[in-house]
Amino acid sequence: MNRHVSWTPAETTADSGDVIRLADVRRRFGETAALDGVSLGVRRGEILGIIGRSGAGKSTLIRCLNGLERPDGGSIEIEGREITGLGEAALQPLRRRIGMIFQHFNLLSAKTVEENVALPLKIEGWPKAKRLARAAELLELVGLSDKARAYPSALSGGQKQRVGIARALAASPALLLSDEATSALDPETTRSILALLKDINSKLGLTILLITHEMEVVRNIADRVAVIDAGRIVEQGPVWQVFATPKAETTKSLLSGIRPQLPAHIAQTLLSEGPGDVVLSIDIAGPAATGPLFQDLSKAFPGGYRLIHGGVDHIQKQPVGRFFIALPAASTAGLVSFVERLGAQVEVLGHVADHA
Amino acid sequence: MSPIMLELLVRSLWETLVMTAASGLISLVFGLPIGLALVATARGGIAENLAVNRALGAVINGFRSVPFIILLVALIPVTRVIVGTSIGTWAAIVPLAIAATPYYARIAEVSLREVERGLIEAVRAMGGNRWTIIREVLIPEAMPGIVAGFTVTLVTLIGASAMAGAIGAGGLGDLAIRYGYQRFETAVMIAVVAVLIVLVCGIQWLGDRLVARLDHRN
Ligand SMILES: Nc1ncnc2c1ncn2[C@@H]1O[C@H](COP(=O)(O)OP(=O)(O)OP(=O)(O)O)[C@@H](O)[C@H]1O
Ligand SMILES: [Mg+2]
Repeated sequence: MNRHVSWTPAETTADSGDVIRLADVRRRFGETAALDGVSLGVRRGEILGIIGRSGAGKSTLIRCLNGLERPDGGSIEIEGREITGLGEAALQPLRRRIGMIFQHFNLLSAKTVEENVALPLKIEGWPKAKRLARAAELLELVGLSDKARAYPSALSGGQKQRVGIARALAASPALLLSDEATSALDPETTRSILALLKDINSKLGLTILLITHEMEVVRNIADRVAVIDAGRIVEQGPVWQVFATPKAETTKSLLSGIRPQLPAHIAQTLLSEGPGDVVLSIDIAGPAATGPLFQDLSKAFPGGYRLIHGGVDHIQKQPVGRFFIALPAASTAGLVSFVERLGAQVEVLGHVADHA
Repeated sequence: MSPIMLELLVRSLWETLVMTAASGLISLVFGLPIGLALVATARGGIAENLAVNRALGAVINGFRSVPFIILLVALIPVTRVIVGTSIGTWAAIVPLAIAATPYYARIAEVSLREVERGLIEAVRAMGGNRWTIIREVLIPEAMPGIVAGFTVTLVTLIGASAMAGAIGAGGLGDLAIRYGYQRFETAVMIAVVAVLIVLVCGIQWLGDRLVARLDHRN
């Protein structure tokens, strides 16, 4: 893939660092509050992942950002400009500065790949030769130069999404919105699409807002994550921190498939009291997790402990560790204060049934 | 068949072709925008306006519910104003076109309505306006259906033009009735039917081929 794509993101006004500012944005559909007071900032050049369950309001949120959906209340500023009051005609120039990619690609079937990519430029009034040249440049960026003259129906899902990305980037937007861009793709294709987005983000400095219901996607490319549930942002922060110490129930449950969990057969037989060993979880991440944790533990607790499950993941180059260990009840209090001093979080889960 | 009959057949064929082509073209030129207007003004359309939508729908239904043979006679004053005469091939084009336009508008409406909303949304997200949506999305994406519907309209017009004999428009249908039916000239009847079959098949075949070339969905 060629990386020499010219990029002149349009002028930016007084740069406060936030490309998007949402304050108390609300949107109801009849009885359902799709957005129930969302406040959120998106920083220039970052990849912000927005994750939530189906029906949480993710699509409604992202569609508010380019005026496809109109909020009932609250304020939405894009590059310092309030957009909630704008009419359709005033929104059009704004939308040209915001690229959007869709779960179902939404490529025009009657146009060839290059015509699809060139369409935003046609809307901007570029002459034909110029826009086709630009389309060729972008198709090279996404590795699809050989498909320029093909129709979308002749492409695979991953190729279609690459065209979707090329099209979204054609007009050099300042912001890229992605609504479940990889949800219709297989894991391998998903990885390559995410790598492409990450690459575009770092090479072109493009701000990306990425909506997904898969933690894996957030984990792979986002800088920060915001968790949305029932129309509210329930948690946000740097990805590695949210992964290491999720606070909201929604976050924990969304993370359950991707973080180590206490094996079910042990979890089911845990007792709230008893003579048996105590089982606890240790979450340790970031700088705190770089030390020789287990060596320290072994020294401090020669009485012994058992590692049941766990491991260290690396997110945004930060170690994120989660372990389940069992140890004699007598040592518990000492161990808890010991690891908490290291900056870890400990949760006592219960006692094992049989005193092994 | 005598040379005179043959000449008559050729002339009738020409008259049928003129009536069908002219009224078909007019129904395309007026029916497509009306179909677009129906889709655009419908609920959730790009220019939602339910009052206009309902009024337009009522007018279309009104025209479509009048049997063609009655329309043919009822429109005689209108035809006289437009064409200058109320009889003959050209005079028949007026009622044929007026009957075919709402018919084709409905067919076009169905094709246009089936264009995926996501595609319209994608172009809105690019900053396109209504005209962009019509030009770049609705018309091109619905093109296979627009052409297929036009083929259906042409074939229907060939049938309807047979009735236009009632106002002296000539054409193959008229020939079949006057010679084949009223004068028992079976050979003429057979010849006319054969020509009509070839004509209808030819139009359908051309239409289908065009649709296949235009259709890039899947
Ligand atoms: N046009 C609409 N009319 C009525 N209700 C709507 C509409 N759009 C969204 N909703 C409702 O608003 C809520 C949020 O919908 P939204 O599409 O934003 O969810 P989502 O987080 O994108 O879900 P998914 O992951 O399934 O795409 C849902 O309860 C949905 O039923
Ligand atoms: Mg959604």
